[in-house]
Amino acid sequence: MSRLTPCFETLRDSGRKAVIPYIVAGDPTVASTVPMLHRLVAAGANVLELGVPFSDPMSEGPVIQRGHERALANHVSLTQVLDMVAEFRQGDQVTPIVIMGYANPVERMGYADFAAACAAAGVDGLITVDLPPEEVGPLNVELQKVAIDNIFLISPTTPAQRVGTITANASGFIYYVAVKGVTGAGHLDSSDVGMHLDVIRAETTLPICVGFGIKDAESATAVGAMADGVVVGSALIDTMTVAMESGDSLHDGIEKAVTLLGSIRTGIDNM
Amino acid sequence: MTEMISPDLFASVPDPDGRFGPYGGKFVAETLMSALAELEVVYRGLSCDPDFQKEFDSDLAHYVGRPSPLYEASRMSDAIGGARIFLKREDLNHTGAHKVNNTIGQALLAKHMGKKRIIAETGAGQHGVASATVAARLGLECHVFMGAEDIKRQSLNVYRMKLLGAEVIPVTSGSKTLKDAMNEALRDWVTYVDNTFYIIGTVAGPHPYPMLVRDFQSVIGREARRQSLAMTGKLPDALVACVGGGSNAIGLFHPFLGDEKVAMYGVEAGGHGVETGQHAAPLSAGTPGVLHGNRTYLMQDQNGQIMETHSVSAGLDYPGVGPEHSWLKDIGRVNYVAANDDEALTAFHHWTRTEGIMPALETAHALAYAEKLAADMTPDQHIIVNLSGRGDKDILTVAAIEGIEV
Ligand SMILES: Cc1ncc(COP(=O)(O)O)c(C=O)c1O
Repeated sequence: MSRLTPCFETLRDSGRKAVIPYIVAGDPTVASTVPMLHRLVAAGANVLELGVPFSDPMSEGPVIQRGHERALANHVSLTQVLDMVAEFRQGDQVTPIVIMGYANPVERMGYADFAAACAAAGVDGLITVDLPPEEVGPLNVELQKVAIDNIFLISPTTPAQRVGTITANASGFIYYVAVKGVTGAGHLDSSDVGMHLDVIRAETTLPICVGFGIKDAESATAVGAMADGVVVGSALIDTMTVAMESGDSLHDGIEKAVTLLGSIRTGIDNM
Repeated sequence: MTEMISPDLFASVPDPDGRFGPYGGKFVAETLMSALAELEVVYRGLSCDPDFQKEFDSDLAHYVGRPSPLYEASRMSDAIGGARIFLKREDLNHTGAHKVNNTIGQALLAKHMGKKRIIAETGAGQHGVASATVAARLGLECHVFMGAEDIKRQSLNVYRMKLLGAEVIPVTSGSKTLKDAMNEALRDWVTYVDNTFYIIGTVAGPHPYPMLVRDFQSVIGREARRQSLAMTGKLPDALVACVGGGSNAIGLFHPFLGDEKVAMYGVEAGGHGVETGQHAAPLSAGTPGVLHGNRTYLMQDQNGQIMETHSVSAGLDYPGVGPEHSWLKDIGRVNYVAANDDEALTAFHHWTRTEGIMPALETAHALAYAEKLAADMTPDQHIIVNLSGRGDKDILTVAAIEGIEV
């Protein structure tokens, strides 16, 4: 079993919600990623999502696209992302890490080698944006051998009759995409989210985390009230890059993102 | 190897999951899965509906101007002294390329699905123009995504699209060419999936696109087959077409795949030379991977990052290729070769001066290879080359390369 299931059980038992930050590995620098992950945990993150940079991040909005571009300019490969996870594990054996990316780097490494490398590094779960259940069979076989969870996205356009197909392939948690669109876009309608979460809960007991469109403590609490956790990505990366573009040091830029995550933690805990 | 293949095999792909052997499939974000499923249901229904076929055929006849002629390039054939070369004149279609066969078909699908907004990606601008054209005709809103680099080298087509009422959206991410335009179109589609029909311009993308674009473009090969029999009393000995995403090539090849005596050559963009790494020839020098919704041969590095491509022709400047071509390569039915920038430019001039037909730079790659192929064949044999488009759009590019101010 990965660290995800016990993590969510503990949260559930104490009536708390998961706060899940997303950053791109190697953005803005290779050396900043692992320290930033530790800082996010200190600010209240329960699970970490680490983006694997890809040349063609088709589901990302401009903020995260730029993150992928910066990381690629730093020549960050999937192997290096896994090295970062291993390095993080030296200081933290508890916090689950999910890596999130696109199919091709994984295809290129080969499913069996990838699964083995993930297990060796201390990865707990995987989200592959462009591997829907229809395409995931052979990869899932390898992931299951090493007890790594495969986390699937469910979106507002997923028909109710398809939800079961997805949950049948999923473990760890379900990631509900709150808006039709790319990351960082759109306006989140929490009543619509609630309706969809009910449909998903009818099919699975897995925890459900909601992402895309969560920007601050307010949007996080609106969704947190209904879900088991919230994912915040673009808002963190935007905060960091805007700060650095207006003259902040790398350290200060990261701290501003960490502060935003802390405010989301506080907001959710006090709702 | 090809002798072993049963003709039925070619009618059996893609399978219900959209696979051509190991290639194809639906590698997209969950948000698009239901839109693809809906499109497939609608398409499978309409493709066996005689009224839809009639509507499509009538548009091809009266709006596009089909059938396109099969023209014997006698002067060129004589000059080469080998096989007779025939040109399938897709350049004579309305809007000047084969692309319109597909946009007519997909626009009809959009109409039947009640979608009021269409989007398209374009490289050379030919597919963008063909999309803007059908949108104007049907009164649909049209947005075309085009790499900022391609907007520069295909400025005439950009203005054409604007005249037709389309919005041309420059894409500044990544390599600023066709692949990035496709990323951006997919992002738009995810966002406006309820009211938007995405007209993909080639036999790539997620299932069912490679299948339906192939079916719409296969009119090229069906006509060529009839025309070849009528004009020469036999099937061609070889077919030649350029391969960007592969739509004009599959359109010509598909109706002949079961004819084992017909050899086929898909010509990729060799750029500065396949050995230099600066090219757009994934079938000649790539490896299988996943991009833009399907598994196929790609130009990628050892970490699975998609590489930047180079070709003098914007319409071939793409790191992937339609999944059916990947399969046809692996089973050995089609030979994939490359022609370099220089060879294409030479062919562009040679054919313009010898036959009075100015080909698109994309097409010039096929013509360059056809010259070599014909030279190794005999006058009792004949080749059909898909003359996929006319070269007017490339005049400024050719002039710039030659340092001429127009
Ligand atoms: C005239 C012409 N030929 C060929 C192509 C390449 O596309 P495909 O390989 O899909 O036929 C293009 C693309 O823009 C084109 O404009």
